[in-house]
Amino acid sequence: MARPAIEEQPAISAGGPSILPLVLRDVCLSAGGRALLDRVNLVLTAGVRTVVLGPNGAGKSLLLRICHGLISPSSGTMEWTGPGATEARVRQAMVFQRPMLLRRSVIANVDYALAVRRMSRALRTTRAREALEMAGLAPLAERPAGVLSGGEQQRVALARAWALDPEVLFLDEPTANLDPAATRAVEEAIAGIARGGTKIVMTTHDLGQARRLAEEIVFLHNGRLLEQRSAAAFFAGPGHEAARAFLRGELLW
Amino acid sequence: MKGSLSWVRLLLLLGTAIVATLVHPAGRFITLASTTSTQNSGLFDYLLPEFTRKTGIEVRVVAVGTGQAIELAESGDADVLLVHDRAGEMKFMSEGHGVSRREVMYNDYVIVGPGSDPAAVRGLNDAAQAFRRIADAAANFVSRGDDSGTNRQELRLWEAAGIDAKSASGSWYKEVGAGMGATLNTAVGLDAYTLTDRATWATFRNRGDLELLVEGDPRLFNQYAVIEINPVLHPAVKASDARLFAEWLVSREGQALIGAFTIDGQALFFPNATTPEN
Amino acid sequence: MREMSEAVAAAVDLVARADPELVEIVLLSLRVSVSAVIIAALIGIPAGAALAMFRFPGRQGLVIAVNALMGLPPVVVGLCVYLLVSRSGPLGNWGILFTAPAMIIAQTILIVPIVTALSRGVIEDLSTELSEQLRSLGVGTSRAMLTLIREARYRLVTAVLAGFGRAIAEVGAVLIVGGNIAHHTRVMTTAIALETSRGNLALALGLGLILIAVSLAINALVYLTSGIARRRAGA
Repeated sequence: MARPAIEEQPAISAGGPSILPLVLRDVCLSAGGRALLDRVNLVLTAGVRTVVLGPNGAGKSLLLRICHGLISPSSGTMEWTGPGATEARVRQAMVFQRPMLLRRSVIANVDYALAVRRMSRALRTTRAREALEMAGLAPLAERPAGVLSGGEQQRVALARAWALDPEVLFLDEPTANLDPAATRAVEEAIAGIARGGTKIVMTTHDLGQARRLAEEIVFLHNGRLLEQRSAAAFFAGPGHEAARAFLRGELLW
Repeated sequence: MKGSLSWVRLLLLLGTAIVATLVHPAGRFITLASTTSTQNSGLFDYLLPEFTRKTGIEVRVVAVGTGQAIELAESGDADVLLVHDRAGEMKFMSEGHGVSRREVMYNDYVIVGPGSDPAAVRGLNDAAQAFRRIADAAANFVSRGDDSGTNRQELRLWEAAGIDAKSASGSWYKEVGAGMGATLNTAVGLDAYTLTDRATWATFRNRGDLELLVEGDPRLFNQYAVIEINPVLHPAVKASDARLFAEWLVSREGQALIGAFTIDGQALFFPNATTPEN
Repeated sequence: MREMSEAVAAAVDLVARADPELVEIVLLSLRVSVSAVIIAALIGIPAGAALAMFRFPGRQGLVIAVNALMGLPPVVVGLCVYLLVSRSGPLGNWGILFTAPAMIIAQTILIVPIVTALSRGVIEDLSTELSEQLRSLGVGTSRAMLTLIREARYRLVTAVLAGFGRAIAEVGAVLIVGGNIAHHTRVMTTAIALETSRGNLALALGLGLILIAVSLAINALVYLTSGIARRRAGA
């Protein structure tokens, strides 16, 4: 029972004071004597869409999991510093590389996440319908989630996360397994969620996707945070040689 | 979540329902520990319904070897014993486990073996001599080896023959540690000799090449006795119903029924209660 | 091979006549083994889920032990239960020796390790797959366990059927604690053993065929129903 159990949380506090910024100080993560993340210092603020960029194995997913609280850093601190920080646990959600849906209907998948937050049944149904509407999945509501295409499944995962009304939404390579058309649909859904005021923090190794979605770039290489700057500035000419090589496509992702 | 809970609830309901059907109120019954020979012959199927009809007491038979039957009784797990090993029974009585021992009926043991009879024992009426010939010929012999009444009888015969059969265990002498039926099945498979009670032999259907070769030695006499278990040592024992059963077995009625039981026109048990009572 | 054709004839005859003794024996076999399977599932599935989900000192030893216990010899289980419920044993005053409940207890003990070990495997796979998502959603431990069990339900059916197969087919345990009492604790396997000891090989084999048929029917029924449910759930 060593794994820290996250206790069930009270119903969503819609709106409320912000939990951001998220501040990471000297965050290190090591496993088997290898440093996977090395003294990462990072501040994530409200408003901008942040894309964590870097080649495979740079530590992007681990960084995201530390931010979301799924992994504890070996050393260093991670802290929500906004006025609403005590509510941080329920004000964030995450979408993973694979949709990780339950073997039940599309709407039941969304309903499940809301039930965990102790929302009343009537409210749940309304909210779940809204979420499916947002993701363009309303006609598929009663279908078993398992029979949907990969792209549709990932949009269900997005709808499930959105339904929780998070202030911060983490996305870990959400389109890595999708074809271009499905990728497009998922990106549109992400952009829509961002327009609603949700802070997006997303990892990708896809430069095109980063250009389309990012307002801010965090560049990781070999577990170290090399750059954090506006997307425009980053793509105009990053300071680090590794980042430049990555942009030239010379760093194998 | 509602789904998983109702799933568990359904299982629970189903479980309760099934267990409930099993725990029907038990009527009046006694547990009789007895031997495979009496059970396999069909005697109980014939005899016990008569007793139940008369008294309303159901008799539940656990048929095992005599040794195991006596052990069941010593643990207090039987109300009454019907077995066939005088020495074992006497020890049981002397240790205070039984309150009365009544002889009920007898039949006899026979030696069966392959029709080719490699040890040339056919027609002998001296069981010990037959055993000596089997040992001399090193012909296959299958022993129950299960401390049953038949097994104990067999060991006494080897002793009478002056042969240490156990020392040949694994070669021609094969101890199978099984009931009479399983032992006969093994003997059929090995073309071996074995000692069996006449009732089991008479009702055994898988004889293969085996034939009855030796009978009639007084040493092959096989006495069955009924013993009531001592309720002082074993308080859970249904002493009065067990007594009713034991008394009925030795009554004129019970004795007549036993004598009238036949398979293929052949009587298998001969009533010989010493004190027939009404 | 004459026995085989006689066995088939004996089986057909028993079934065609709906022989009342056969019906009684088959029903008791099903009641005992189905009860044991339900109890074993109620114990084994949550136990398997707990073994799959939690990390604690001694867990690995426990996993190995449960896997090893899948091979428990029925006779040993029967003997242990006998010593427990015998009049001279610690539970002697229950008075359940040579009754169906004693047989259910023995079969339950026999198959709990099977259901537990197989459930653990199934749920551990699922847990690896889903645990991050569940933690991300803020799902607590007990709800996570129920969710994983529900997610695994179609594969757990196989685990439960494996337990049922073992229970309905074993003879050693029920013979010792049930006593093979006619009309009371005689089940299919002990009836087969009895007929074998009577040398009625054809009848014994015929009963064996019926046992296989019953077992096959139960498996087919469960498998097909769960298959339909599975397709409807799109899993």
